Amino acid sequence: MSQTHEQYYVPAQSKWPIIATIGLSTTLYGLGAWFNDLSAERAESNGPLIMFVGALFLAYMLHGWFADVIRESRGGLYSAQMDRSFRWGMSWFIFSEVMFFVAFFGALFYVRTISGPWLGGEGDKGVTNMLWEGFEFTWPLLSNPDNKLFPPPSAVIDAWQLPLINTILLVTSSFTVTFAHHALKKNKRGALKAWLAVTLVLAVAFLALQVEEYIFAYQELGLTLGSGIYGATFFMLTGFHGAHVTMGAIILAVMLVRIMKGHFDAEQHFGFEAASWYWHFVDVVWIGLFIFVYVL
Amino acid sequence: MSAVIDHTAHAGHDHHHGPAKGLMRWVLTTNHKDIGSMYLWFSFIMFLVGGSMAMVIRAELFQPGMQIVEPEFFNQMTTMHGLIMVFGAVMPAFVGLANWMIPLMIGAPDMALPRMNNFSFWLLPAAFGILLSTLFTEAGGPNFGWTFYAPLSTTYAPESVTFFIFGVHLMGVSSIMGAINVVATILNLRAPGMTLMKMPLFVWTWLITAFLLIAVMPVLAGCVTMMLMDIHFGTSFFSAAGGGDPVLFQHVFWFFGHPEVYIMILPAFGAVSAIIPAFARKPLFGYTSMVYATASIAFLSFIVWAHHMFTVGIPLTGELFFMYATMLIAVPTGVKVFNWVSTMWRGSMTFEAPMLFAVAFVILFTIGGFSGLMLAIAPADFQYHDTYFVVAHFHYVLVPGAIFGIFASAYFWLPKWTGHMYDEVLAKTHFWMSFIGMNLAFFPMHFVGLAGMPRRIPDYNLQFADFNMISSIGAFTFGASQLLFLFIVIKCIRGGKPAPAKPWDGAEGLEWSVPSPAPYHTFSTPPEVK
Repeated sequence: MSQTHEQYYVPAQSKWPIIATIGLSTTLYGLGAWFNDLSAERAESNGPLIMFVGALFLAYMLHGWFADVIRESRGGLYSAQMDRSFRWGMSWFIFSEVMFFVAFFGALFYVRTISGPWLGGEGDKGVTNMLWEGFEFTWPLLSNPDNKLFPPPSAVIDAWQLPLINTILLVTSSFTVTFAHHALKKNKRGALKAWLAVTLVLAVAFLALQVEEYIFAYQELGLTLGSGIYGATFFMLTGFHGAHVTMGAIILAVMLVRIMKGHFDAEQHFGFEAASWYWHFVDVVWIGLFIFVYVL
Repeated sequence: MSAVIDHTAHAGHDHHHGPAKGLMRWVLTTNHKDIGSMYLWFSFIMFLVGGSMAMVIRAELFQPGMQIVEPEFFNQMTTMHGLIMVFGAVMPAFVGLANWMIPLMIGAPDMALPRMNNFSFWLLPAAFGILLSTLFTEAGGPNFGWTFYAPLSTTYAPESVTFFIFGVHLMGVSSIMGAINVVATILNLRAPGMTLMKMPLFVWTWLITAFLLIAVMPVLAGCVTMMLMDIHFGTSFFSAAGGGDPVLFQHVFWFFGHPEVYIMILPAFGAVSAIIPAFARKPLFGYTSMVYATASIAFLSFIVWAHHMFTVGIPLTGELFFMYATMLIAVPTGVKVFNWVSTMWRGSMTFEAPMLFAVAFVILFTIGGFSGLMLAIAPADFQYHDTYFVVAHFHYVLVPGAIFGIFASAYFWLPKWTGHMYDEVLAKTHFWMSFIGMNLAFFPMHFVGLAGMPRRIPDYNLQFADFNMISSIGAFTFGASQLLFLFIVIKCIRGGKPAPAKPWDGAEGLEWSVPSPAPYHTFSTPPEVK
């Protein structure tokens, strides 16, 4: 606020918010209709079509809205103060994402340390064991209270195989994206492109191995969404993390394209920086996952 | 620093700084005042819709026995009434006030991220469109109460629960974006010289509310996502048969739900802290302690959630911890009430409509706070749980708390918004009808609750008949008086005595330094704050 001649940019009318609303609500409505039809085992569903139309709106909006922002930024309309608004915005967005994962981690910890042992007959509310007498609570849970309703897995994923490799991939990618950032700040465009490309390769490799792990879990171990609370927490946490990695990888890919086109300079590059913040965030979440979902 | 207001949409032929013409102005706008007005109107429409559902509930409960609606529909009404009032009426009203007033109060040209601001708003009609449409489906709308406990909302839910879940997701996205916008605006767009401890309390309380929103709305999203997975993809988060726990639902829900109740009251605290000094013609007593009290309430709100679950079977240590932590909230809340009363002490008071609502707020919210303390006592709560005593308690904090706070704010700032004074006689009539109506409606609920009348049941024992009839009469009075409010607002928009820039003698703040009605763009160049 010390800069007296700076100007804060207030954009003109924009069609993107309403298109975004139409896109997002149509997509979710279609998804809901589809899920209901699937669960009711109805042969036909117009859900996927509605969802597809909504997704088209969303794609159009994302392209157009970001194009506007990029144009304004490159047109020099954004002041240092605007930059700070974006920084606050991104920081709090990442905080909200952290809290989303907190809900699932909280569910995992609660089941493992509180309600699970009770169900197995231990602790304050061990009396709940009368519901399924003889049920023993272990973690990983290889025998559920009702094994007919929720067929348990025969084994779970070994932390020291694919997950370890994935940890190495993702932690390395956090370093490479930082190297790319340093290269950008020193205006070394070649190194920037190279490190960012390496980050993307690591991201794709991570996702590929994650898919491999899911296939193995479903086909070989019988570890599925429906195999009791272990499968539920496992797939919820790793699945949403994977979705975030996918999102982060797409963002980084867009950044690479923009860098190829000559966008960003040593001083002004918050778009890139925000992408790297997001990437560090998915990395930190993964470390939490590796420790609490796979190892312990 | 100054602002560039982009007029490219209609540049080239004129340089006027007014709004665009026609309906599309509202659809495409990035102006914080337009968006604030839309939030406020949306909130009021939802208030009337949710209120109509309350009228159905009270009509059914007018007399014992099954009167008007089927029990299934009664359940849908209680559920939708709660959801609409919480997410559709109270929260958007405060976001609307934030949109209108925060940039004016801190000397900012607009909200920090104006396009995202419009996105936040438009998601709400979409979300409630989806939610309300389920009422017209064959299986009916959500019927599991606004707290949607599993397994009622999972294993035994109607199909509409899927749309309910996605509706909640949309509301969550809207709230989070709105809150991020508020935080970025307050932290980054204050006029030079306006330090944090010089901010009006409404801005402070909204900053803290926005933090609460960003912290807990994602947890609610996680909660409904687990429901979605349990319903459609065979997971067992809330099913003990697979090793999960239905009580887990309640923990996750109330981890969101308790901060949520402060989200619905803190901005009202802020507004009342502006209104009482204005009409007592004295500066607010204990500004600093107000800020710290608000922050303390926000912190405590994260560690008290299980007081909603005393009877569900949590260990004794848990009951004790949550009981004492809950009672602790009475301390910062007491600080606030003390400060409001001290502000009025020996003030030169007048009682225009905003002040009437604000004083009623202080008294009646305190009653709601006291019944909250009664409910916080774990052993006593076993008697109160799920009775009308709980309904009386939270309606006492939400109606004369949140909603009177909104009415007080509306009357206080209507001259600034419209450029006209509202009709004081009608406004006072609105106040007294609302005041009498709501007390008639909710006070007897304490008695029937203590005597054991359960909530969410369309029929009741004969012994509760008299009090229920009084409640219903009070509710109808309160409901009808809101139509008067609609009339007053429309009348004020269309005309009335022109309002000066500062219509209230004792009012302070930057918002009174701009003309009434506030020009379309204000503070393009920030004012200097000493």
